[in-house]
Amino acid sequence: MDGFRYMDGVATVRLDVAACIGCGMCEEVCPHGVFAVAEGKARILDRDACMECGACAMNCPTRAISVNPGVGCAAAILTGWLSGSKPTCGCGG
Amino acid sequence: MTDDKGYRAEATDPSSSETARGCCDPAAEKSVSCCGGGSPSKSAIRYDESFVEGQVDTPAGPVPRVHSRIGSRDLLGRWRVRWGIGRDRYRVAPGLYALGAPDGNAPVLVTANYKLTFDVVRRDAAGLDAWILVLDTRGINVWCAAGEGTFGTEEVIRRVTVARLSEIVSHRRLILPQLGAPGVAAHEIRKGCGFSVVYGPVRARDIRSFLAAGMKATPAMRRVVFPTLDRLVLTPVEITGLSRPAGWAAVVLFLLAGIGPGVFSLGAAWERGIGAVAVLAAGILAGAVVTPVLLPWLPGRSFSVKGGLAGGVLAACAVMWQRGSLEAPAALALLLAMTAVSSFVAMNFTGATPFTSPSGVEKEMRRALPVQAGLTVLAGLLWVGGAFLR
Repeated sequence: MDGFRYMDGVATVRLDVAACIGCGMCEEVCPHGVFAVAEGKARILDRDACMECGACAMNCPTRAISVNPGVGCAAAILTGWLSGSKPTCGCGG
Repeated sequence: MTDDKGYRAEATDPSSSETARGCCDPAAEKSVSCCGGGSPSKSAIRYDESFVEGQVDTPAGPVPRVHSRIGSRDLLGRWRVRWGIGRDRYRVAPGLYALGAPDGNAPVLVTANYKLTFDVVRRDAAGLDAWILVLDTRGINVWCAAGEGTFGTEEVIRRVTVARLSEIVSHRRLILPQLGAPGVAAHEIRKGCGFSVVYGPVRARDIRSFLAAGMKATPAMRRVVFPTLDRLVLTPVEITGLSRPAGWAAVVLFLLAGIGPGVFSLGAAWERGIGAVAVLAAGILAGAVVTPVLLPWLPGRSFSVKGGLAGGVLAACAVMWQRGSLEAPAALALLLAMTAVSSFVAMNFTGATPFTSPSGVEKEMRRALPVQAGLTVLAGLLWVGGAFLR
């Protein structure tokens, strides 16, 4: 997203190219254009644009993608720290 | 996005991310939810809803027909939930609805039972003959619900089965909003109910172009954007969400304001307290409204920096404006406090954005929280200490 970039070098998304069958689902579901598929294989085009929503890993039929999906929400993370439990959030307005 | 943004359930171990996301996940019970949802929705479709207009007969029985008009009641409801009033209860009954005059070949659009979302879909799909399959996302929008797993594989399969969709349509295709993908495994749905999943555009307003192009999304339809208006409509709920902690902070400020050479002065508590609460309120506005609106233009990547800058600049203006009546310690305290409050509040806006990763937010918080706390303590010392220097 032009003008909207968050922190670089933190995203946990990983692709196991050997397991990839090039179906293109990751490219289709990613709202930030992280993946591109060419010549039967996906590759990570822009890892720092990843927001770790987990859509790619969910929809990868061969489980070639791993990502640690979570809550990109400071309030939820803070509550999680304070209460020692897992943060979830349905917020947004 | 015309609709809301939201966030995903966390799986602590990457290898468990596929399995640990359903509503049956035991860990989900002790998880913290920062906004409601929760209980399942009543499933009986009420024909007296203002958006229902008659019914369509199908081999599986009558299906309520909805229209595309948005009335004053819908607008009022939207305004209310934007301010966070009764948001959890703003739901439609899950199940199958008809839009226009759909037949066995009509497309099936899957959506959430948050009424705001449902209204956007029936409005933006105006003119189409389509089936709308509403999942029970417990009154939460598609993206948030996908993160929580309620807009999920099992719920899709269940609703397709309950609605007896295979008796109503001759094709075997569901169109899901792309932002539902974090909760849904397309290949599992085909295995579970025989329907294949096509991910439609991110925004409901592109659904007609998507169908007209033979279910092809342009790259632009696949991308999330976050324009100024979308950011602005999310700010009221940020403020209402902060009203309770801000109220407690105000009480503390009034108590601190009374401390001075005469141990505790009620007059000073009122006079100095008003000023301090005004600084708190200004800091909240800087972080919850000014920063979101100016987001792409404020320098820096982290929200705490953007918010700190917005608050700092506004505080500097306030100091210039009040320079006649402010003593040096109080002026410095104002500057530090407003910067800290705005920075902290702006950081909370990460939860409303569609581009911040949880790894990034956590990293940002580990760096920013100690600085914000330090500035706040320093501001408090200067302000309370300043009372003794008079």
